[in-house]
Amino acid sequence: MKNLKLYIPVFAFLILAVFMWRGLYMDSRTLPSTLIDRELPEFELRTLSEGDQLVSNADLPDEPFILNIWGSYCLPCLQENPIFMSAREQGLVPIVGVNYKDRDNLARDWLDINGNPFSMNIVDDTGRYGIDLGVYGAPETFIVDADGVIRYKHIGTINYQAWQDEIMPVVRELQSAHAAQSAVTTGQSS
Amino acid sequence: MIPELGNFSLILAFSLSILLGVFPMIGASRQNQLWMGLARPLTAGVFVFLSISLAILAYSFVTDDFSVQFVANHSNSMLPLRYKLTAVWGGHEGSFLFWTWMLGGWMLAVAIFSKSMPTEFVARVLSIMGLICVGYTLFMLATSNPFDRALPLSPADGADLNAALQDFAFIVHPPSLYMGYVGFSVVFAFAIAALISGRLDAAWARWCRPWANAAWAILTLGLSLGSWWAYYELGWGGWWAWDPVENPPLITWLLGAAMIHSLAATEKRGVFKSWTVLLAIMAFASSLLGTFITRSGLLTSVHAFASDPTRGVYILGFLGLIIGGSLLLYAIRAPILKSEFGFGGWSREVFLLANNLILVVASAAILLGTLYPMVYQAVTGGDLISVGPPYFNTIFLPLMGILVLLLGIGPVARWKKTSKAYLFKQLSKVAIAAVVVGVALPVMLTLGVPVTTIIVTVLACWILFSLLRDIQSKIANKPDVWSGLKSLPVSYWGMQLAHFGFVMIMTGGCLTSIYSVERSVLLSPGESAELGRYTFVFEGTEDVQGPNFIADEASIQVLRDGEYLRHLYPQKQLYTASNTPATHMGIDGRFFRDLFVTLGDARNQGAWSMTLYIKPFVRWVWIGSIFVAFGGILAVTDKRYRRFKVRQVQRAAPVTNTSAQPVVEG
Repeated sequence: MKNLKLYIPVFAFLILAVFMWRGLYMDSRTLPSTLIDRELPEFELRTLSEGDQLVSNADLPDEPFILNIWGSYCLPCLQENPIFMSAREQGLVPIVGVNYKDRDNLARDWLDINGNPFSMNIVDDTGRYGIDLGVYGAPETFIVDADGVIRYKHIGTINYQAWQDEIMPVVRELQSAHAAQSAVTTGQSS
Repeated sequence: MIPELGNFSLILAFSLSILLGVFPMIGASRQNQLWMGLARPLTAGVFVFLSISLAILAYSFVTDDFSVQFVANHSNSMLPLRYKLTAVWGGHEGSFLFWTWMLGGWMLAVAIFSKSMPTEFVARVLSIMGLICVGYTLFMLATSNPFDRALPLSPADGADLNAALQDFAFIVHPPSLYMGYVGFSVVFAFAIAALISGRLDAAWARWCRPWANAAWAILTLGLSLGSWWAYYELGWGGWWAWDPVENPPLITWLLGAAMIHSLAATEKRGVFKSWTVLLAIMAFASSLLGTFITRSGLLTSVHAFASDPTRGVYILGFLGLIIGGSLLLYAIRAPILKSEFGFGGWSREVFLLANNLILVVASAAILLGTLYPMVYQAVTGGDLISVGPPYFNTIFLPLMGILVLLLGIGPVARWKKTSKAYLFKQLSKVAIAAVVVGVALPVMLTLGVPVTTIIVTVLACWILFSLLRDIQSKIANKPDVWSGLKSLPVSYWGMQLAHFGFVMIMTGGCLTSIYSVERSVLLSPGESAELGRYTFVFEGTEDVQGPNFIADEASIQVLRDGEYLRHLYPQKQLYTASNTPATHMGIDGRFFRDLFVTLGDARNQGAWSMTLYIKPFVRWVWIGSIFVAFGGILAVTDKRYRRFKVRQVQRAAPVTNTSAQPVVEG
């Protein structure tokens, strides 16, 4: 075996193949364990609306909401948009946008063309907040409860089926928990 | 019934590929002329049946047969005919059939243009490609059949092709990219045949080189078409984004570039043999890896291609078999591929080796960056993370800088050994001139020059001058310049053209990222905005009716230093069939800069938001790639590869007996 070094490529490939095989079975569409049931990372960022006013976690809705990572460059986001638009029209759940690694002007144009389903849009042009959130790329969608704790994560496009079967059940559950809790607190306070 | 014929034809292609993968291969090792002779007819058969399959899929698109699942998902009865045809490769299943058909095309080309090679060698090459074809056709039949039906409940109309794909560049980008990609399987088959037979000599390298150059040149075109499409269609003014889907073809391109350089040394000097073979395997492996990454959903869960873990398992198994197998074969057989000659410290071989190292390191770095999120998650079980352009730029750009530096010396250096005094004599003036001009040029032309600009211009001048110096010294002993230029071989011109194009890409890419400016404005008719030396006067919009869309077209007058330059007409379109909006950029493309206007949206009283860009030198990226590709093609046409036919006929007979011995080129 004096030519052992000739076996380096085949071993390197085998190691890579093992990683790829494991990668296939990692369900990258569900929430990574490190972020589940943790609070949404803190931020202080601009919004897409005009003005340099900064927003932070305190400005988020105080009911369960959806946090959607999007960008004007992202074709799948275009497919999600009609679903979010109808959710907004029906008042199902507030949707907060994180405009990820985009440019403000392009993002505003995109919203004007395609419709704006977001109750507010946080600007993460550098992708810093995306790193805190563990974002791999747009689109990604988080479901956050009334206390600002992440409960669910969906990587990739949300089509109508995913919306019906994955997103809405979680949202409804959180909403009813929230309703029950606020009923209790109002009951206690009165 | 017609789509079933397509499916049947695909099954026939699969069966013939199995025969092709088995009989000529066994025939070659047993010296059975009959079995070896099967290679060419079987190849033709595979190609014919793949063509029938592809034609039937296209026919299903043209006739709006929405009972075929793939057609229903990617077409619509309102879609214009040309996009119905290109929708064939607008989704996973169809593009895979198209891909496999391309493989069949390359196989057929090898079968036709291999008259000068020994039968035994051709049989092995075609047989190996047949095995690859078995893998692809089986993959389609088992996991992603484009002829799957949606019966009995077939939809009345299709879901339509993505609006961004309804574009000229999309008609030409995938075919050229796939063709280049698949072309590397030819070189791979050559390399494996060489490992099996043990024959890897100058003749082998000479058979191999045109195929390697052709595949690489076509891949260059495919990559730059993709970049051009992204630039003018997506409207974000960028041309490369280090996206996980863009990276694998770039890795293949870099490894391919390393391979064609190493092949040159193998042909001319009989060195780097096992390295060349390893590069051929790696280039093909990277093309398969690219397929795996984009089709398995491993990294593209966030991208458009439909993904499915069973496909991933299949491709990974195929990958393991083909790549693992060939690397193992390499490890066992490589010791017999010995270099015939040594070389000195300053020889051209050394510079080629340096080129290879840089290109391989660059591709490894890109591979690492592309796969790192997946590996990180596998190791830690934690978050998915993202690796962005800063990582790639920090690693890639300095490496390319060093590569360009060496590129000035390599072609000037001589084979075997070059004296330092000779290099100094050839290049000292070039170096001085490059530094002087490279510093003077940006200082004279602009104000406030960043150091990076000076580095870029100095390197560009360095290459340009050393290239001219090399031509000058090559024709120095000819009677006059014209006859001297004519005496240089075509492949030499191909090389210089490709080198020039490469530097043009690098220069254009760097300068455009340094000097681009943009501005978003809101203009009412009659108002104007300034950007740099240019004034953009918005004259209002009018309604325009396209073939399958309606649009608002803005009329924008562009003034340079207050003088009229031209009008630009950016559009905001609405595709009526699918009700999707799109934008059409107003671009004034010049050699030194692009003006680029995207129309935003209408606000009150006829005011529109729009974004203005000035992008200097951006065109150099694509002009440069055309030079690179054309240089590659030019090298393929060199007489040397055809002249060889005559000599080979005389030599073929003894070779068959001594197949285990590397034949030394006499």
